[in-house]
Amino acid sequence: MAGGKEIKSKIGSINNTRKITSAMEKVAVSKMRKAQDRVAATRPYAEGMRKVIGNVANGSLEYRHPYLTDRDVKKVGYIVISSDRGLCGGLNTNEFKKVVLELKSWKDKGVDAQFAVIGNKATAFFKRFGGKVVAQQAGSGDVPRLADVLGSVRVMLDAFNEGRIDRLFLVYNKFVNTMKQEPVIDQLLPLPKADIAKREHNWDYLYEPDPQPIIDMLLDRFVESQVYQGVVENSASEHAARMVAMKAATDNAGNLMDDLKLVYNKARQAAITQELSEIVAGAAAVG
Amino acid sequence: MAMTVQLDVVSAEEKIFSGLVESVQVTGSEGELGILPFHAPLLTTLKPGMVRIVKQFGEEHVMYVAGGILEVQPDSITVLADVAVRGEDLDEQAALDAQKRAEEAMQNAGADFNYAEAAGQLAEAIAQLRVIRQLRGKK
Repeated sequence: MAGGKEIKSKIGSINNTRKITSAMEKVAVSKMRKAQDRVAATRPYAEGMRKVIGNVANGSLEYRHPYLTDRDVKKVGYIVISSDRGLCGGLNTNEFKKVVLELKSWKDKGVDAQFAVIGNKATAFFKRFGGKVVAQQAGSGDVPRLADVLGSVRVMLDAFNEGRIDRLFLVYNKFVNTMKQEPVIDQLLPLPKADIAKREHNWDYLYEPDPQPIIDMLLDRFVESQVYQGVVENSASEHAARMVAMKAATDNAGNLMDDLKLVYNKARQAAITQELSEIVAGAAAVG
Repeated sequence: MAMTVQLDVVSAEEKIFSGLVESVQVTGSEGELGILPFHAPLLTTLKPGMVRIVKQFGEEHVMYVAGGILEVQPDSITVLADVAVRGEDLDEQAALDAQKRAEEAMQNAGADFNYAEAAGQLAEAIAQLRVIRQLRGKK
């Protein structure tokens, strides 16, 4: 019975792999739910911020913050958010592809780019790709904290304030639904016009102590919260993508096992037939 | 019945409180502030400290915020709370760390204890203690 044993051990190892992938799928499902809740929990803050900034941008005209004014683009900055771990399908690859495409179009215009990377996969990618990485953060785990992103954001904000970059973008995977995650590139700075509500009123706040420091702080916090939201959303996308990838892997392992079982049974039958015909032939020779 | 105003206390990570209140007391950067319904529009920064609210029907509630921004409108109050005590030097430190990590990630190494972070944690602990004392004094 040639090959029977090899096939059997192969079936065994595929079965083990299938057990692992199906466990990973189940873990991803529960983590994804929690991550989705976290995405929902970050929304009220961003909404509150947006409302206040809308009021400020319209109300106080005596102080115009640099984050609100467009300038000529000579250099751009990207904050790229990726997952820390792999086995989540084409999630990170698709995202990086999109960044590389954008970079090409910037390069054609003679614009340089620098990066702040969040997540191991982005770090590894830019190490190979060879971009100018000015800040790095990884290992925030399944419950990302705001404090995890502050350093990277600060580096980019300083770069913007000092004129080392003229535009800042945020790259992450947007969680559309369980089956669909989309890499998106959002402009963070200067604040896109759509984020600032239309002027509807003619009043201004009482500021305590002065408008300038409050507005500075407000806009810094706003950018931070946007990046944090990106991180949270990216983590939801990661788990969803992993869930889908692991489901496909489990299904494939099942198919492979069925095919191998067929081959195994055929080999077993062929061996029995051969043995029988040998016995019969032997008996005939003796008789 | 006393007049009420809508209060939302939110941080970047979660929604902390939302509901109708009769008054709010916070620690502003310039001192303690008490806000009643129909207050004029006001925008101020907050120091680490407590937020004391009197909910509709007079129930009191005290919570701790690590700083943030207070926005007041005649019909709504929003506290945009920070999740941890923030300081200019602390933020700088975080930025430096991120930069260092970028350099290290392109090569590889380790990091250690720093003073600014410890000072920040201390300030936060003191503010939290104040809230706890206040709560104890009530009972």
